[in-house]
Amino acid sequence: MASIRLSVPSKAASGDVIELKALIQYPMESGYRRGSRGEAIARDIITKFECTYDGEVIFKASFGPGVAANPFLSFHTVATKTGTITFKWTHQHGEVWSDSAEIIVT
Amino acid sequence: MIGKPDKHPDFSRRGVLGLGAGLVSVALLPLPAFAAEDDMRAAQVKLFGDRPINVGRVNLKVPPIAENGYSVPVSINVDSPMTSGDYVKRIAIFSPRNPVSHIADFELGPRSGKAEVSTRVRLGGSQILNVIAEMSDGSLWSGTAEITVTLAACIIM
Repeated sequence: MASIRLSVPSKAASGDVIELKALIQYPMESGYRRGSRGEAIARDIITKFECTYDGEVIFKASFGPGVAANPFLSFHTVATKTGTITFKWTHQHGEVWSDSAEIIVT
Repeated sequence: MIGKPDKHPDFSRRGVLGLGAGLVSVALLPLPAFAAEDDMRAAQVKLFGDRPINVGRVNLKVPPIAENGYSVPVSINVDSPMTSGDYVKRIAIFSPRNPVSHIADFELGPRSGKAEVSTRVRLGGSQILNVIAEMSDGSLWSGTAEITVTLAACIIM
């Protein structure tokens, strides 16, 4: 259900610092809202994010209910070699979504 | 014993008036309006331990006025060379006014190249957002940014 959008440069020179952007569509229900009948709406959020570059973890994040819906992240890494950059989100109940992008490093 | 029933020393006019004034001033003291400030400190201690926090090296870029507290862009930049010997290990965002003070934290490393992270957060009102960065040598640095929130998250629901 969660749709993912990534921004990874397709090419980079070795040693370049590149910006990676990732967005996942998710409501991030904070657990503090009430429905139309006043009933509490249970918390339903993504709590962990991890980015790996050729299998090596390069960035991790953990989210609380204070992160906006459709969590967006932008961070940096050093382009080292041609490979796959994988982005992985983990829900509070353990469900996992992931997507990846290829980068060519010259 | 039945000698002088007229004056009780504890209830002089001046004493009673003074007591009344004292009670009024206690009642006028504001309620702990920033109870969440303590929550923020507790959240910081939970994450980083009770270590001294230096001010500086952490720069925050936020809109001065956020019309919608549901999604406020926050950009964090930490002054660090990001080499294998000196880099930013962790960055955490804290709010003194949200129901949960700890908004998010990020783990970086020497491979990050640049200690710059952006995300979007929810804010439960106008406040001074607090960001703490932990360096590879274990020192903690902090930066703040004041945001006026027109439509707060968590209130109108």
